[in-house]
Amino acid sequence: MKLALRELRRRPGRFALAAVILTLIALLLMFLGGLLDGLIGSQTGAYRAQDADLIVYSDTARESLVRSRIDPDLRSRVEAVDGVTAAGGLGSVQLGARPGGQPDSRDLLATVVLGYELAPRGLPADPPIKGTVIADDSLKADGIAKGDILLLGPQRSEVKVVGFVDDTSYAGQASLWASLDTWREVLNDNRPGLNPGDTVQALVVQVDGDAGKVAGAIDAATDGATGTLTIAAATEALPGVAQQRATFNQIIGVTVAIAVVVVGLFFALITVERTALYGILKAVGASNATLGIGLVTQAVVVTLFASAIGVMGSLAIEALIPVGTIPFSISVSRLLTSVGLLLLASVAGSAFSLRRILRIDPASAIGASS
Amino acid sequence: MSDPSSPALRLEAIRKTYAMGDEEIVALDHVDLEVGAEEIVALVGPSGSGKTTLCSIAGGLLTATAGKVVVGGDDISGYSARELTDFRRTRVGFVFQTVNLVPFLTARENLLVVDELAGRRQRSGDASKRADQLLDELGLTDRAGNLPGQLSGGQRQRVAIGRSLMNDPALVLFDEPTSALDSQLGDQVVRLIRDELKKRGTAAIIVTHDDRITHYADRTVHIEDGRIDP
Repeated sequence: MKLALRELRRRPGRFALAAVILTLIALLLMFLGGLLDGLIGSQTGAYRAQDADLIVYSDTARESLVRSRIDPDLRSRVEAVDGVTAAGGLGSVQLGARPGGQPDSRDLLATVVLGYELAPRGLPADPPIKGTVIADDSLKADGIAKGDILLLGPQRSEVKVVGFVDDTSYAGQASLWASLDTWREVLNDNRPGLNPGDTVQALVVQVDGDAGKVAGAIDAATDGATGTLTIAAATEALPGVAQQRATFNQIIGVTVAIAVVVVGLFFALITVERTALYGILKAVGASNATLGIGLVTQAVVVTLFASAIGVMGSLAIEALIPVGTIPFSISVSRLLTSVGLLLLASVAGSAFSLRRILRIDPASAIGASS
Repeated sequence: MSDPSSPALRLEAIRKTYAMGDEEIVALDHVDLEVGAEEIVALVGPSGSGKTTLCSIAGGLLTATAGKVVVGGDDISGYSARELTDFRRTRVGFVFQTVNLVPFLTARENLLVVDELAGRRQRSGDASKRADQLLDELGLTDRAGNLPGQLSGGQRQRVAIGRSLMNDPALVLFDEPTSALDSQLGDQVVRLIRDELKKRGTAAIIVTHDDRITHYADRTVHIEDGRIDP
């Protein structure tokens, strides 16, 4: 291994091509991951922010908030289930918003009013008073500030922004967190046919004990009138999330496969170049294991170097992308996963050359190969 | 270290054949050879006579098809590939025809590489001291930090000789060590080889085409068509 590291140090130029290509692959991998996380994050923020274990839809909703209705009777049956410690109504309506000073603007901001009772992360336990909302941070990029008035929907329902909360957007739209009363009023104004009365769309539920068991108990207690999911499952079931994740993961998979091929080809070439040297080293007592570990070590070090540049590049990209333009989010776990995948690719790629090393005959050093 | 009471090398009825298609090529045919504990043997013969094969079998680079190979009292005939790797690292030294040093290591590091290949557990503690001593004896002290590319042909071959002696071998095998050098330099190198071996009491086989260097050997053995001339 010492020999391999010394070669890397003394002849860095030899590994430059592999390092450059791997750096580009690392950047691509992290960029794709960042886009995936940004995209998914912008769709699921409102659910991920929930400080609850379960979400209860009506059985006809097919796991969609918009199609779901929970009336007070159903709600009381859910609340009576053993293990349910708290339940809060949730209601949503997606509306275009205009800044208060521009009632005739055609440049609408995509927003969703979310009425809540059980406070998600970052929101006050008591929802803001009627006619006021706490807005998602992403609206700041559109010039919205605390104290601004927003005019919602065709009826220009007025709400006042009294604060901000980060990472709570829903289906790519900026959320406006409000009380259920505000939600009902805005919904009534703009969608008179959808008058919710005293219903909510869904219930978020905190439980004591096994969430999966309580979910089953809730659906049993309502005689199947509800469909209860964990928050994680409901997040994954949001429209488009699973499909987007699958698409991106396939692209990421292909990129990793390309990394395996690049490392494989590069180290196969290096091994061919070193056939004579390996013959000599074997002749003077180097074992296959020593030479193989050396090769894999070089692949891993080159990959780590490329990954380090990839990480810096990804962070720079994140810093350069203006907020609210491209959904791009870099997380430590995404970076570590990308580096881990690249390391696996480099070990797998370089391992292809191990067989070639095994086949090198020490007698070739003396010109008497068997 | 070789056992002084036993010969450095004993080959008994060595046969080496290669299959080429349906044909069997006989590279060595019932070869018997003994090299004394401090003896330097020149192995002379035309191309394709089997001298390199003989040398390779003696050094554990090839295994014989039949016969017995005893180096420094140890019968290596039945050794596995792994045992042969250890054997080559600890019991024999090689100097190859073309100078084959590790190009990115300095002269000193090229000597130490044999010890480094042993892995941490099997390393000898005094390798650095031994490398410095060998470099001094070979007149390379001021070149210790140079890479092979910065050394002359003769200096490179001297480094290779140093490397072959690093493990204090029972037997050193030289494969035409002067073929890449001009005659004057070749003469110097062979004299150096002889001095170093005699100083240590180390046995050697020098494979050569060159009859001029045989007078530095204690004995000359001729080989032709895979058989040693009696």
